[in-house]
Amino acid sequence: MAAIEILNLEKTYHVGFWRKRPKRALRPLNLSIQEGEVFGFLGPNGAGKTTTLKLLMGLVSPTAGSARILGMDLDDARVKAQIGFLPEQPYFYDYLTAQELLVYYAQLSGVPAKERGKRVAAILERFGLADAAQIQLRKFSKGMLQRVGLAQAIFHDPKVVFLDEPMSGLDPMGRREVREMIQQMRGEGKTVFFSTHILSDAEALCDRVAIIYQGELRGVGSVAQLTSQTKRKVELIFCAASVPASLRALGVEARVSGDMVNAVIDEEQQDAALDILRREHLRLISLTPVRGSLEEYYVEKLKPRENGKGAGV
Amino acid sequence: MNSRIGYVAFNTFREAVRDRVLYNLVAFAFLISAAAVLVGEVSIDIERLVVVNLGLTAVSLFGVVIAIFIGIGLVSKEIEKKTLYTVLSRPVRRWEFVVGKFVGLTGTLVVNTFLMAIGVLLALLYVAHRFEQADVWVLVALYFIVLQFLIVCALALVFSSFSTPLMSAVFTFALFVIGSLADDLRGFARITQGLPGVVATVIAYLVPNFSAFNIITQAAHGDPVPGRLILYNTIYALLYSAMAISGAVLIFQRRNLK
Repeated sequence: MAAIEILNLEKTYHVGFWRKRPKRALRPLNLSIQEGEVFGFLGPNGAGKTTTLKLLMGLVSPTAGSARILGMDLDDARVKAQIGFLPEQPYFYDYLTAQELLVYYAQLSGVPAKERGKRVAAILERFGLADAAQIQLRKFSKGMLQRVGLAQAIFHDPKVVFLDEPMSGLDPMGRREVREMIQQMRGEGKTVFFSTHILSDAEALCDRVAIIYQGELRGVGSVAQLTSQTKRKVELIFCAASVPASLRALGVEARVSGDMVNAVIDEEQQDAALDILRREHLRLISLTPVRGSLEEYYVEKLKPRENGKGAGV
Repeated sequence: MNSRIGYVAFNTFREAVRDRVLYNLVAFAFLISAAAVLVGEVSIDIERLVVVNLGLTAVSLFGVVIAIFIGIGLVSKEIEKKTLYTVLSRPVRRWEFVVGKFVGLTGTLVVNTFLMAIGVLLALLYVAHRFEQADVWVLVALYFIVLQFLIVCALALVFSSFSTPLMSAVFTFALFVIGSLADDLRGFARITQGLPGVVATVIAYLVPNFSAFNIITQAAHGDPVPGRLILYNTIYALLYSAMAISGAVLIFQRRNLK
């Protein structure tokens, strides 16, 4: 069963004070995310990632379309008990201590009274916050607040977890911790839907990713599938003191180190390049296909479309 | 009561209790009561009158300031700081959140009024050396002040659900002032003819009639308050607040939390 199903979900805001004009934040979006999947929602700032998450959380109402989580409509009260949400740059009630905040959320999530204390203590321990449990959140660092944010998103054991830019503003250690937590969630069989603009995180964590730009879905699939769609390249290493002029004429990027040349060429130029090496009597050391990166695919998808056409899903 | 409303209400109460500004206001109200004692000392034979007048006015005024001060930020601050996102992504309905906020704020005001009332009663005991039977009307006046707070809280919440804190404060305070003059407004409507008369009548009955809740002078003189007025004021305050809260819920229900 699909954990999250998005059908033609669309959002248009009306901006301006006197003469309101429509601004499309999200064009009709269709996505299906399976249970247990870690799904990355990629796009630059202002692409529509947060709008999509807010629509799924019921914080804004859609202009058109619908979405279902675990087979239930978004306005079904049972859905909210099964999901966890970490907003972008979360801000919590800073007059509360970490423990008070989690108890409050436990109450609102319907965690039975006798289980609350135990669960809150366990989650504080898991997120390394046990020593800070009695400290007001206003005294917490950004990294600690992010940990509180993740703790509140998962302590009630939701089946689907939504994280909006969970790594934003964190130092390398903080980012690593968040990555490990997402991997733990995957191990527990949770479905994780997270938005990010940090591609290396998505590449390392996600089963599948979607790329959104200007409110429009530009691509969706596994990292391997998407990167295989980028222009294929091969790396040639051969013995030579310099790059032959005929090879340079093909427009290859080449680097000379000692008596070896390392050149990267488009796959379709491979035969022409090998002919040149044969003609010049140069010894080929290796020929390796170069795997396209998610970044290349991402950049390609973010290019403006010509005549309304271009990179499709 | 729905348990989620109770949790939201308790958190609202806890936030107010931990806000230092609130303590300053309560302390200031106590100071006014103490000042009433001093003024009472120099007011020969009318000490009681002065203490009740000044004391209850301080309770009412500071209560309204607290109601507006906290009420205007109840919803808008939660949207602005995005604290609402993690609440509404749980099994909490928007109407439960709004009602919980209202209950929490009125709870805060009831506790505050109780504390400030103790100050007034102590001042009264100090100048009169004993309580009299007429002092029961002081308690009724305090009850009316609490009813007044219910309406002010509800109005602040309505404005807070669609406007900025500053504008909400301006609107609520303006309505409080207009409502305090509601009797005069109704009198004006009665003597005005034609369309302006109709408009004045509609406005006069639409704004909250705070003047009906002000029996401070009566209580200071020890004049009895008819039971009918207590009943009418109670029903009026409950109905008016319920309508205002329903309005706040309707607005908030449709609001996009951008």
